[in-house]
Amino acid sequence: MPPARAWRNYPQLYRLEAARCTKCGTVHFPPRLVCSHCRNRSFETFRLGRTGQLVSYTVIRTPSAEFTGQAPFAVGIVEMDDRVRLTAQVVDVGFDELRVGLPVRLEFRRISAEGESGVIHYGYKAAPVRG
Amino acid sequence: MRDVAVIGVGMQKWGELWAKSIRDIWVESALMAMDDAGVDHIDSMYVGSMSPGLFSSQEHLESLLADYLGQHHVPATRVESACASGGLAFRLAWMEVASGLSDVVLASGVEKMTDVSGSEATHALATAADMKWEGMSGVTFPGLYAMMAVAHMHKYGTTRQQLAQVAVKNHENGSKNPRAQFPMRITVEDVIHSVQVADPLNILDCSPITDGAAAVILVPADQVKKYKKPGVKVTGSGHATDTIALHSREDLAAIRAAAIAAEGAYRMAGKTPKDIDFAEVHDCFTIAEILISEALGFFEPGQGGPAAEAGWTALGGRIPINPSGGLKSKGHPVGATGVAQIVEITEQLRGECGPRQVKGARVGLAQNMGGSGGSCLVHILEVM
Repeated sequence: MPPARAWRNYPQLYRLEAARCTKCGTVHFPPRLVCSHCRNRSFETFRLGRTGQLVSYTVIRTPSAEFTGQAPFAVGIVEMDDRVRLTAQVVDVGFDELRVGLPVRLEFRRISAEGESGVIHYGYKAAPVRG
Repeated sequence: MRDVAVIGVGMQKWGELWAKSIRDIWVESALMAMDDAGVDHIDSMYVGSMSPGLFSSQEHLESLLADYLGQHHVPATRVESACASGGLAFRLAWMEVASGLSDVVLASGVEKMTDVSGSEATHALATAADMKWEGMSGVTFPGLYAMMAVAHMHKYGTTRQQLAQVAVKNHENGSKNPRAQFPMRITVEDVIHSVQVADPLNILDCSPITDGAAAVILVPADQVKKYKKPGVKVTGSGHATDTIALHSREDLAAIRAAAIAAEGAYRMAGKTPKDIDFAEVHDCFTIAEILISEALGFFEPGQGGPAAEAGWTALGGRIPINPSGGLKSKGHPVGATGVAQIVEITEQLRGECGPRQVKGARVGLAQNMGGSGGSCLVHILEVM
């Protein structure tokens, strides 16, 4: 991946920066230029809280080329407590623990690496909230 | 707007066509459609193809194919809307004839998917999702539909057996279709014990990777008498989009774009779901057929699974779905699928389908979908 393509998403991948519409309050992650709910064009930037819950999930057993070495792995759609949804790998979890409503926390993790001297990509993955 | 009719159809057997190139596959089907209609010239053509660049290292496909069809200098347009590319090519061809701009237009689709490895094909197909914000997680297309299945099972109690029943029924229909890629009959047990792809979906819940093409010829309805075959009238067309990221949709257990596209097609045709005799729908995965049978209004939300299990969607059932075998058994060369649905509906309405003929069929519906439901086309065709 060209470094610029990765770099422009760092505010979301590293800091979970989202945009809240100043008119209707809808939260967008990643931020957009126009609100898809009310078409307003001004937003305030804020950092999402790290917690949410699974609204659906699967276990990928046949991956695409890029993820060949990682299968099987769990993926879920997470509804964040800040009322926006995102897709993330679900880690540190037994596949039989996966359920709709499972409380999770987004953690900063390594996503992929481009060889020995290439860029290492970081981002978020979801882990169950324990205890 | 003028009324429009389908007057010719063309489609060869689908499968792993290793001896043939994308241009050969497409030209064979296009010539069949032209011969079926009895025309040797077209005014214009549309080609639905999702990713000839990634699958065949060939862009600028529309001009290449016009040349190889021997139709020099005709306006040619390639259309891309992921797996709905073929349905969209058909809609644009219909619009061009309806507008009065052209009198003989070819609508077609093609994909040559087996020249790349399985994992490369999975990657190419994954580009129909939000590559950044879904793709980063490693989710695949089966994975996205698996999450829709989990949501539908959680909300409505849909069962694993009900999902499997869709594949069993479509392979049964496909066994009667000489053009199907996988015409073998299968059982619920076969599906549940086949290779795991993305829980709860197994390989026999998934449509295959296929080489294939399909083509149809459209003309003004008041000119059908000039041609060899009886015309089939296009009475409704609907088209809608949705977020391509599944996570941005409020209800994961419904396909809203399909419901909106269907509303548009029903309104234009002056029909309701009860008026439809049979449908060809986008069963890229077993759960998709259940979701679509609800979005089209054939069953209430949550009733698609029980309806499949009760045999209501089988040949001879209340509303036969995918008499062709669907994407599941017939194959799914993505850009060709939407046009192949029109081929099947036309042949059904002409009464040419032999052992898989829907008896007394007068009104057919085609539903073609891109990605996890980010685009959808619905067409209604009727006997003239």
